[in-house]
Amino acid sequence: MATGAGRQTARAALALGGLFVVLLVLPAFANPYVLSAAILVLYFAYVGQAWNLMMGFAGQLSLGHSLYVGLGAYASAALFVHYGISPWIGLVAAVAVSLAAGAVIGFLAFRFGIGGVYFALLTIAFAEFTRIGFDHFDWVGGSGGFFLPVKEHGVTDLANLRGPPVMFYYIALAMAAGAFLAAWRLRASRIGYYWLAIRENEDAAQALGINTFRYKMLAILFSSAMTALAGVFFAFYYNNLFPEQIFSMARSIEIILGPIIGGLGTLFGPVLGAFVLTFLGDGLTEVTDAFGIQIPGLKQVFYGVALLVVVVFVPNGIWPALARRLGFGPAKKGE
Amino acid sequence: MLEIRDLDLYYGDAQALDGVSLSVDEGTIVAIVGSNGAGKSSLIRTIAGIETPRAGSIRYRGADITGAPSHAVVNLGIGQVAEGRQVFPTLSVRENLEVGALVPRARARAKATLEEVFALFPRLREREHQAAGTLSGGEQQMLAIGRCLMGQPELIMFDEPSLGLAPTVVQEVFRTILALNRRGLTIVLVEQNVAVSLRIASRAYVLENGRVAMEGTGAELLADDRVRQAYLGL
Repeated sequence: MATGAGRQTARAALALGGLFVVLLVLPAFANPYVLSAAILVLYFAYVGQAWNLMMGFAGQLSLGHSLYVGLGAYASAALFVHYGISPWIGLVAAVAVSLAAGAVIGFLAFRFGIGGVYFALLTIAFAEFTRIGFDHFDWVGGSGGFFLPVKEHGVTDLANLRGPPVMFYYIALAMAAGAFLAAWRLRASRIGYYWLAIRENEDAAQALGINTFRYKMLAILFSSAMTALAGVFFAFYYNNLFPEQIFSMARSIEIILGPIIGGLGTLFGPVLGAFVLTFLGDGLTEVTDAFGIQIPGLKQVFYGVALLVVVVFVPNGIWPALARRLGFGPAKKGE
Repeated sequence: MLEIRDLDLYYGDAQALDGVSLSVDEGTIVAIVGSNGAGKSSLIRTIAGIETPRAGSIRYRGADITGAPSHAVVNLGIGQVAEGRQVFPTLSVRENLEVGALVPRARARAKATLEEVFALFPRLREREHQAAGTLSGGEQQMLAIGRCLMGQPELIMFDEPSLGLAPTVVQEVFRTILALNRRGLTIVLVEQNVAVSLRIASRAYVLENGRVAMEGTGAELLADDRVRQAYLGL
């Protein structure tokens, strides 16, 4: 993904700039349905990018990223509902709580040499017992749910993140673009190199003098902090939080499907994957609805099929294969 | 340069090193030979700071580095070429080398060192942008050695550098090790190829069951009947 990338930078930057302009003007042409689908795409592009830092770059598989979404969502929502604190301030608390959770999980796993599948299980366990804990956490509504007050329609209150979908669209766009830039900068930095080395071969990385514990910790901290912001967005966009939903395993899987389908460890993978999945998940269910076919769980079936097709035909994800076709990507191996 | 005294290492209850003492003088090649499971790799990993010994001391240039973390050890100038080559397969040859130069002691001179490594291994320059996983076994070993050199080591520990390589490539690896030694690098060589490593070593240690069973100059051990019977099949 990095080999030869420099030579294609200009073309890729041009394409990226074009895409960004299209996304900037999209709300002017989009109907409410398209707009809500676009918000979903950007949301998953953002959170997929955050997860990809950990798995795609540093090789640490988290299957419990819904934990950070949920903690970020509840922290900012609780401060807003109980104390009227603006989410722009609340997000600091959201990030802090998520960072603390990431630090605990990372410390436990990496200090004691828990890796691979066992690390993934640990992340699931933390998400699960947090979900159960929030079911009984009455200050934020417990299992009955936690609701944010919806102000009257037509009012845009950016300071409190109350407003129409188009406001959330632009926030999501800024987040997705920011995450892309952050991932790009990190990938090219010394930290990015350390991460890739750890992902590729942790023993060799250690033998070369890389402090693997420190850089794995950095990966989980970056990722959990970024994911917390997705939670803040989620809370104020949907206005309702249920532990059952937000901390669920299914949510964690939704987060990771985009980057896997789009291309692990690539910058465009999470973006492309989010688009493909949202289109499949919501677009196709829309089509089947139109035919009067309503099967619960159909969306998950589409996800499963998409994952299957990718794993069989383009195991590195859609983006690396597509990039080669478009002339953006790395030269073929063994040029 | 490197002084090891009475090193004990345990994996759980199993003892891997039992009172190992050895010394490595600057500019020499020291061979550590022994059968599988004798503790050769454990010794290297302990010096490298990957394993923590239960007892004993490791001194490098007079400073006690016992129990120091591996990143600190590498930054002191103790490099390591691990067993089985262990390149970063999807990174390019150049990126592999660049990772090797990320230790603080090597960062400033990374560009110049890269040129030196390419001069030493012209094949690597030819394959600069190729994914390391697509290189042949011999090329990967050259890359692993080059990557270690990027960290500006003063002492390199080789763990089974000839393992799984074709005979002609094995010769090339040993020639490279000798060339590095002539440039002033101190070498610690762990090898199953006992005959060759004793021939090029100025000092050698035979490990058995985690203990130093014999020590001497390479020539002395080559002439020793027990060594000839047990390791050379003569």
